[in-house]
Amino acid sequence: MAKIKVVHYINQFFAQIGGEEKAEYPAELRVGEVVGPGQALMQTFGDEAEITATIICGDSYFNENLDKAKAEIVAWVKEQKPDVFVAGPAFNAGRYGVACGTICDAVQEELGIPAVTGMYEENPGADMFKDKVYTIATANSAAGMRKAAPLVAKLALKLAKGEKVGASVEEGYMPNGVRVNFFEEERGSKRAVKMLLNKLADKPFVTEYPMPSFDHVAPNPAVKDITKAKIALVTSGGIVPKGNPDHIESSSASHYGEYDIAGVMDLTAETYETAHGGYDPVYANEDPDRVLPVDVLRDMEKEGKIGELHHLFYTTVGNGTAVASSKAFAEEFSKKLLADGVDAVILTST
Amino acid sequence: MVKEIERAGIPVVHVCTVTPISMTVGANRIVPAIAIPHPLGNPALEPAEEKALRRHIVEKALEALTTEVEDQTIFE
Repeated sequence: MAKIKVVHYINQFFAQIGGEEKAEYPAELRVGEVVGPGQALMQTFGDEAEITATIICGDSYFNENLDKAKAEIVAWVKEQKPDVFVAGPAFNAGRYGVACGTICDAVQEELGIPAVTGMYEENPGADMFKDKVYTIATANSAAGMRKAAPLVAKLALKLAKGEKVGASVEEGYMPNGVRVNFFEEERGSKRAVKMLLNKLADKPFVTEYPMPSFDHVAPNPAVKDITKAKIALVTSGGIVPKGNPDHIESSSASHYGEYDIAGVMDLTAETYETAHGGYDPVYANEDPDRVLPVDVLRDMEKEGKIGELHHLFYTTVGNGTAVASSKAFAEEFSKKLLADGVDAVILTST
Repeated sequence: MVKEIERAGIPVVHVCTVTPISMTVGANRIVPAIAIPHPLGNPALEPAEEKALRRHIVEKALEALTTEVEDQTIFE
């Protein structure tokens, strides 16, 4: 039997082209090449399958040129006629995860070729695509490659061969809302008692029926008179006073910063910078107003277009930072914003 | 963060480049930005043009804050 043909999608980082400074790298097709994590997949594929082409694309390029990049890549995949398409795994890289999910979804929808990807559960790409694309749950960093690659590769083989895909717990993909029947070795009462005993003993246990978590916050009423409103700036783009006095981490931030901009009319390369390690910092360091628009808001304040710009801004680095952390940061500084009589917030993200 | 600010009762607008992420996160008022490393700027432009572009985005953000919305809305 002929070998199963696989086309593999990775970003500029895993292709060893470069980090954030190369995130604008345009989509590229390499026929007959196995690149980076493709090697790990090939180990599991053995004699059954081979990567016949690798597609590489910069994370920023993909997300900023979504339609163009998607069309280009789908056309290449069509031309290569693979039996299955694999993207990533993306771990906790947000733009990469979104790219993997987007392109897998497009390949399935437009070409009818099955696809599989992998990423960390908090990757925004997971929430967006796990119901549409088989998404292997991975660790939050590339250190989890050894565990993730075989799961991705095994599921890819199954999909290519048209074999029955087992339940999410068996295959390692994120639950996608599809129920799969299978026989448990132990009967329900026994499993329930075990779970209870573990719970009572403070040992870890896993529910078999997790409750869905809907967390939607209704929009607040609009600001009535913006010319009287006190506006505060918040950012996840990591803008900090030059030297990063509170040492906000470049990724997985453990805290946020609160900085006074009373009398500051313009953020300059001499006074402010970004602490963010997840995007090319050149432009933000050159002119931090590109992320935190203090200059424009000062002008509008003078012109009476807004009431005032709040003298404190809040900032952190939204790069692999846990959802629970950012939630806690914002809970805390929102109380301060309220206490200071702030009427509205502009939150900028990179 | 955007959701926690909203939960605290303060109207908030999210200015970001990858709006699908903002939708997933649960922002209610969303204004698209220019690019990931320079959401409110464009280094290819002359400084004055760039500032005008930034002003335009901030004006959009203020428009979003003064517009009543019932559901997640992207202000193009």
